[in-house]
Amino acid sequence: MLNKRVIVCLDVRNGKVTKGIKFEGNVDIGDPVEMGRAYAESGVDELVFYDITASAEGRPIDLEMVRRVAAEVFIPFSVGGGIRDENDMRAVLLAGAEKVSVNSLAVRKPQIISAGAEIYGRQCVVLGMDVRRTQDPAFPSGLQVVVKGGREPTSFDAVDWARRAEDLGAGEICVNSIDADGTKEGYDLLATRLIADAVEIPVIASGGAGTPAHLAAVLKQTRAEAALVASMVHYGTYSIPQIKQELQRHGVAVRMDW
Amino acid sequence: MLCIVDYGAGNLCSVELAFRRLGIPCQVSADPADLARASRIVFPGVGAAGSAMRELLSRNLADAIRQAAAEKPFLGICLGTQIILDSSEEDGGVNCLGIVPGACPRFRFPAEVRATVPHMGWNAVTRRRDHAIFTDIPQDANFYFVHSYFPQPKLASDVLADTEHGGLSFCSAISRGQLVATQFHPEKSGRFGLQLLANFAQWDGRS
Repeated sequence: MLNKRVIVCLDVRNGKVTKGIKFEGNVDIGDPVEMGRAYAESGVDELVFYDITASAEGRPIDLEMVRRVAAEVFIPFSVGGGIRDENDMRAVLLAGAEKVSVNSLAVRKPQIISAGAEIYGRQCVVLGMDVRRTQDPAFPSGLQVVVKGGREPTSFDAVDWARRAEDLGAGEICVNSIDADGTKEGYDLLATRLIADAVEIPVIASGGAGTPAHLAAVLKQTRAEAALVASMVHYGTYSIPQIKQELQRHGVAVRMDW
Repeated sequence: MLCIVDYGAGNLCSVELAFRRLGIPCQVSADPADLARASRIVFPGVGAAGSAMRELLSRNLADAIRQAAAEKPFLGICLGTQIILDSSEEDGGVNCLGIVPGACPRFRFPAEVRATVPHMGWNAVTRRRDHAIFTDIPQDANFYFVHSYFPQPKLASDVLADTEHGGLSFCSAISRGQLVATQFHPEKSGRFGLQLLANFAQWDGRS
């Protein structure tokens, strides 16, 4: 049986893993290769490196970092942030990433999804999607796609966008709830469920994880195949083995033989 | 030397890096002469069967691969495993290399099952019998998969291992003489994956 995945997200700034802390800006917490390797050894199923310098400053992604990770970490990892076009996608994949993640670029230019899928197959294109609940009847699912960390609204209904991205060739969708993000009160189960029910491709739940029970809830109560965590493991509040043992206790199938 | 076949079908970088990490010398080549000289062959691939077959044919590699698979230890990975069969359903139906009799259908699940396609993530690999490439790897160890089509060899004797997804048991590893082939990605499967690659590099080709 296919195991549910626990994915760790590492935000990278100027070659260092960083964590945004309220009122204090970003604090560097480690080397991406070292942290990636340590997480892989502790049983994480997949890693996401998000290059926040590249996306914020319009710079190309740090390919040297991608190469260093690929030489040291032998589990799947994806790279996102700052992808400008299909050449960037190709470069990231050639540097050794398993998948490349696009978010606001895909909203501006949906064809980038098909272009990416044509390079090395649809499995290497992850659509990242920031969503927010809305009462506005222009969004029939009640979920609106937003970009730039939630600061900028779009006219996209999240469920429509998910279906369209699947048709265009996305291999996976990461649903990040702007409402839940940073709350540590749990994933947005409704948003995750609506989108996961609408597509055949796997969905990753993101935003709001504070305890292992939150992962269990989203993996049991929705069709999400994976749950993304960041601060709850970066600060040592929980370890990956602890999270996986809790998931197992809740009856969620997870890989325990790393 | 071990030769990784480069035919423009996806990312060979991680396969090469995995062998490098293991300290196993390897070359990446699209030259039929290198395939003929190599002591063993790794035939990887991601992407679509149609374009992969077109690339193989345009580079005059199809016969070199058939030849290599008949005479030396040979490891297919993912798309490389699918296109050693007779045909794939992908891209509206593609004639493949026909090294192992069989086909490659797409996952199709009844509406009530709703299993995800692609089959993406870690799943247990259950061996039907022992094989040198699984030395020091426990039965039902988890490996990393990502695919929408799956190998379906005609002969049960070619099936080395099975994996279950959405209630369907499919062939996740093939073995026939000096050829082995996995639907999963050993190069992305942590320590068991690296162990499998190390086992392959030492295997004498006798099953």
